[in-house]
Amino acid sequence: MEHLATNSILYLSGVSVSFDGFKALNNLSFHVAPGEMRAIIGPNGAGKTTMMDVVTGKTRPDVGHVIFDQDIDLTKHDEAQIANMGIGRKFQKPSVFESQSVTDNLELALQGDRRVLPTLFWRSGADSAQAIDAILETTRLDHLRNELAANLSHGQKQWLEIGMLLAQDPKLLLVDEPVAGMTDAETAETAALLRRIAKTHSVVVVEHDMDFVRDLDVRVTVLHEGSVLSDGSLDHVSKDERVIEVYLGR
Amino acid sequence: MITLSLMKNPINRTGWIFLSVLAAVAVLVPLLNLTLPESHAFHVPDFTVSLLGKYLCFALLALSLDLVWGYCGILSLGHGAFFALGGYGMGMYLMRQIGERGVYGNPVLPDFMVFLNWQELPWFWWGFDQFWFAALMVVLVPGVLAFAFGFFAFRSRVAGVYLSIMTQALTYALMLAFFRNNMGFGGNNGLTDFKDILGFSLQADATRAVLFSLSALALALGYILCRLIVTSKLGKVLIALRDGESRTRFLGYRAENYQLFVFTLSAALAGIAGALYVPQVGIINPSEFTPANSIEAVIWVAIGGRGTLVGAALGAVLVNFGKSYFTGALPELWLFALGGLFIISTLFLPKGILGLFKRQNAKRRNQTDAAPPGNRAGQTSADPKLKPAE
Repeated sequence: MEHLATNSILYLSGVSVSFDGFKALNNLSFHVAPGEMRAIIGPNGAGKTTMMDVVTGKTRPDVGHVIFDQDIDLTKHDEAQIANMGIGRKFQKPSVFESQSVTDNLELALQGDRRVLPTLFWRSGADSAQAIDAILETTRLDHLRNELAANLSHGQKQWLEIGMLLAQDPKLLLVDEPVAGMTDAETAETAALLRRIAKTHSVVVVEHDMDFVRDLDVRVTVLHEGSVLSDGSLDHVSKDERVIEVYLGR
Repeated sequence: MITLSLMKNPINRTGWIFLSVLAAVAVLVPLLNLTLPESHAFHVPDFTVSLLGKYLCFALLALSLDLVWGYCGILSLGHGAFFALGGYGMGMYLMRQIGERGVYGNPVLPDFMVFLNWQELPWFWWGFDQFWFAALMVVLVPGVLAFAFGFFAFRSRVAGVYLSIMTQALTYALMLAFFRNNMGFGGNNGLTDFKDILGFSLQADATRAVLFSLSALALALGYILCRLIVTSKLGKVLIALRDGESRTRFLGYRAENYQLFVFTLSAALAGIAGALYVPQVGIINPSEFTPANSIEAVIWVAIGGRGTLVGAALGAVLVNFGKSYFTGALPELWLFALGGLFIISTLFLPKGILGLFKRQNAKRRNQTDAAPPGNRAGQTSADPKLKPAE
């Protein structure tokens, strides 16, 4: 047990969360190695989003350990602290700041001092401009840099949010359904982008889209009713009798 | 590049127009009042000077409210309390200046204390004979109260309508407290019969003219301060908190610290507005704490244009002008007119009067530019995606 925590960027052990008697997470355990990209799949209500809520400090687990970067107990910190420790989150529904420009969105996400007064006196410099330019290029939003985020297409908003994650430069990225509502071409591009990001970051991707998961070509963890049902390569889990039953049966 | 340098500049075009008008008003109104004979067509009567001075103080209150509501999404229904506290601070200084000229001729105790048979000045009146001390308290008392209130409210993540109700309760509680005679603030009657400020008679036209100009100056400085804040990165964080508080937390910003900062600052600004208001109207009493006052301030901001600063000031002046007119001509209709204005601005003018101007301007610009229909930037300026008030 202990050696798993010390070799993981994210380590969950025996985590349970219940809402009004409904067990959203039920003795969930899994771990992600540093530098790994992991796909998490599962039917609706499997506990994928609750798992992200627990990791990012939005929801406190009833029992269980949630350890980040070998020795940080995430259950003792709140959202802002966890974000500053290096966990970034992309939401299922694109949540960019619609009344602000693309550049402003990135500037807000850009790593830096998050305290009040340093933020008040913050001035954009060559470093930050360069970082933002690089992200705009990566996410192909360069021509839209002064556009209000509200005016972006759905896919562009998803990309902007991934760009905001890049600007945060977290150690671990939690990405919730990044390709929901995207066209096939956009989906393929997003897979390529995430693979590129995964070279330098640890990434956990929650996704429904099997083609996309196949594109990612990474280890897959299947959740069902709040715990791990199966784990391994996509080919392995898709041959698993229990997975087939959960997805196709009933 | 041009747009970039414009964005860096904290004062935009509307801002320069606003500041120019303020400067003109600050100079012209006292000048026309003091130099022209009363028979002259351009003479500004004394009454108008103090009325306009009052409007400027309300405009500063509206500005402070817009900073928290328009930019940070904190709908305070108790900002009148901070305004009144600032007013009481100034009122206490003015009371101490009366000295022996009071009805009872007591050099230290204000009349109402003599009347209540008090033998000595309560500790919380100490220091108010000094202007600098009173001026400090005018900022500090509302600021500290807002800080204490906000510290607990924001840390417990009280937000939205619950926070609004709590601010409303705050001002109501203060009103009840200040109504009590043994609180030591003059009870029901409040503080009045002021004689002079810094040795200048409050009845003198020149003093009133200077107070008027100072109110305009305070409004201008308050506006510049607010613009510096909302155009800084902190301003972007405030807007982010308004539009998505939990999202902003996940970016690593401690929402409560930002809310506390802006709420405290805003309360201090409201306090300054109240302090400038009191010597111009000559009285401060607990009715300034009535919840209705705070709600009216919210209506000024909504009508003028939430999240625009200039609009808030404009709304305060226009609505109060309407109020002065209506309460003179058709007193029984004023509240209906005010309610109607609020409904109209909520339904049809999400960005208030100022938003209407901006939309017209953008339309005209677009027509002259003949922007191609596919031009996204053109569409943006013509049809800004307005966030409705929460």
